[in-house]
Amino acid sequence: MPGVTTVVLAGVGGQGTILAGDVIAKVAVAQGYDVKLSEVHGMAQRGGSVDTIVRFGDCVHSPIVDPGVADHLIAFELIEAARRLTALSPGGRFVVNTRTIQPLPVLTGAMGAPTGIEAALAYEGAVFLDAEALACEAGSPRSANVVLLGAASYGLPFPESSWRDVIASRVPPKTVEANLRAFDLGRKACSEGACGV
Amino acid sequence: MSRLLMSGNEAVARGAWEAGVKVGVGYPGTPSTEVLENLVKYEDVYCEWAPNEKVAAEVAVGVSVGGARTLVTMKHVGLNVAADPLFTLAYIGVGGGYVLLVADDPGMHSSQNEQDSRNYAAFAKVPMLEPSNSQEALAFTRAAFGISEEFDIPVLVRTTTRVAHSKSLVERGERDSQPLLPPYAPRVGKWVMMPGNARVRRVDLEQRTERLRAFSNDCEFNRIEMRDPSLGIIVSGIAYEYVREALPEASVLKVGMVNPLPEKLIVEFASKVERLAVVEELDPYMSLRLKALGLSLVETGLPVIGELSPDRIAQAFGAPVRETRDAITDLPPRPPLLCAGCPHRGVYWALGKLKATVMGDIGCYTLGALPPLSAMDSCVCMGASVGMAHGLGLAGTAERPVVGVIGDSTFAHSGITGVLDMVYNGGTGTVVILDNRTTAMTGHQGNPVSGKTISGAEAPMLDLETLVKALGVPWVRTVDPLDMHATLAVLTEATQTGAMSVVIAKSPCVLLVKRDDQQPFAIDEDLCTACGACVRLGCPAIMKAASGHPIIDTASCVGCEQCVQVCRFEAIVSVGPACDFGGGL
Repeated sequence: MPGVTTVVLAGVGGQGTILAGDVIAKVAVAQGYDVKLSEVHGMAQRGGSVDTIVRFGDCVHSPIVDPGVADHLIAFELIEAARRLTALSPGGRFVVNTRTIQPLPVLTGAMGAPTGIEAALAYEGAVFLDAEALACEAGSPRSANVVLLGAASYGLPFPESSWRDVIASRVPPKTVEANLRAFDLGRKACSEGACGV
Repeated sequence: MSRLLMSGNEAVARGAWEAGVKVGVGYPGTPSTEVLENLVKYEDVYCEWAPNEKVAAEVAVGVSVGGARTLVTMKHVGLNVAADPLFTLAYIGVGGGYVLLVADDPGMHSSQNEQDSRNYAAFAKVPMLEPSNSQEALAFTRAAFGISEEFDIPVLVRTTTRVAHSKSLVERGERDSQPLLPPYAPRVGKWVMMPGNARVRRVDLEQRTERLRAFSNDCEFNRIEMRDPSLGIIVSGIAYEYVREALPEASVLKVGMVNPLPEKLIVEFASKVERLAVVEELDPYMSLRLKALGLSLVETGLPVIGELSPDRIAQAFGAPVRETRDAITDLPPRPPLLCAGCPHRGVYWALGKLKATVMGDIGCYTLGALPPLSAMDSCVCMGASVGMAHGLGLAGTAERPVVGVIGDSTFAHSGITGVLDMVYNGGTGTVVILDNRTTAMTGHQGNPVSGKTISGAEAPMLDLETLVKALGVPWVRTVDPLDMHATLAVLTEATQTGAMSVVIAKSPCVLLVKRDDQQPFAIDEDLCTACGACVRLGCPAIMKAASGHPIIDTASCVGCEQCVQVCRFEAIVSVGPACDFGGGL
């Protein structure tokens, strides 16, 4: 839809895509956009594939999107990045966390671990970062989703201060500094070219 | 007041609060659960979880008879359970406004079927409103209370997953001031549905329906949006948003009140457009009724199964297929799974050892049906495990022990009567109550077993063992499912008693257990024989590695020791405290 930007966050239940999507939506609202945010609760959250969709613009109708519509695909996990690749528009921006969470059929040996995914995603223009490593560097191992928000933020038309305000309001008070460091590291990883736009 | 991002569920709660609702009651079920969880946060509203939807609907009837406004919440399949009071409630009508929120799940994201609740509105002869976004969810819910009182009828508000769980901007209002309620007074002709009174109310219901038909044509929630007159689309709910995105030029009759349909408005709209089409998710509810009005519709070919989307609608009206990237194929699927440390795992391991035939039920534990546990043979509806275990026994064709497996909340919901049936009729099967002290699947709501109310207050804890004994079950044991060999021993005995038996496998949901003292485990490769016993538990923390020896992911291992108990070579050893779990988002 003209004038509407779509961000898809793809990951595994429990990785924090819903909360990350909520931050993006709140930043977009603070910037005066119409916003819709779509998420799925329930059974899929028990370790299944999940995605969260944020759309903003002058007037947003549908909360969900068809394959090929997403302007930004932020994948929290490598296999889910591959699974949701078709969500991304041909010219879309693709950020991928290099972490792999093996699904149950691989854990039990019923299926082999997929190979060659990074190369295939690199061919599709993905830019990679290790969100868990950067989160540890920030001093908060569980804020990998905030690192990925930082990476997402670099390609989105919102001022940095707005991101920082919303994140600071969403995390436990004691962890504000570590989470803002995590955000900075994700954003910096992109501004330094790792996540070229 | 500034606009706020709210989910459809949050907005329904807000609308009910603004309408001055006094009591909210429901049973958790995706995608409806958060309505009541949000309503309880408002002052001046009392909320409670009922053990099932029928009880919830009946509690609300009592509130309404008492003159106060009330909201009932449930998912689509819950309305099957609550259908009995609903149908007669249409006859007796209301005192205080009675609004029932029912959330459908097209595409079955978290449900066992995708029934279309609009049919219930027509079937039960009650009005139904269907919002398309959060702003409408608030406005429609708020207005529903007034409609309920004006027309002396319960009102259904229907959402679907994409309305319930999508967030959009909402302008909020203030709470209506509520008049002081007069003391309760009996009204025999209205509240007592003996046949003589019911026949009178049956006629009255038809008269109320006639008035509602007229109201629907003037209802502000039904509106014509004239754009290009060459194509007119009649649409409701989330499909309206898809149509506006897919076909921005098309004229639209947006139906907000789906029962009774605004027939005059529909005929008027049909006369203004060259081609008329209906776009609707799931059943051809409006299409059939429009055809009955004698209108000819464009055949869209849209499916009656699953969700619609903007592109599906655009393509149905001739748009080209969108260009997309090629999919990466052959990826391993990622089904949801039982968490690391889940106490249900030990029960399924034991039932596997017994080669039991397992009639299952609705909850997290349904995931035990998936490989590698593959420990469940059925899942139909809330409470079905007990009756089905009894019935399979009656069929006499299952040679292995037959066991019904049911969660604590599901047992309180509708398992008790099944046990009563087995006792009464001399059934000899075994029922395992997976008592994890919560309603886990929908996000850990309180229930009669957990001893917590929706507002977090202490409540009497249902003593399952005492209850089951009181029902007359001759053989009852409680066991800790994290002690796997004890669980196997108890289940072995239970399935060999020759009488009906109940095993209560009691251990709290792992997500409710504080992880401070977590001691993860690791595989000692010198002792490991790569037999695969631990891998077959289907724990997400254990991976079968290419080297042959499994690997335990210490970050996800919660130290439940279930794998330690199935390892015959003592190859799974503690590795001390796990890493820092500092707070994130």
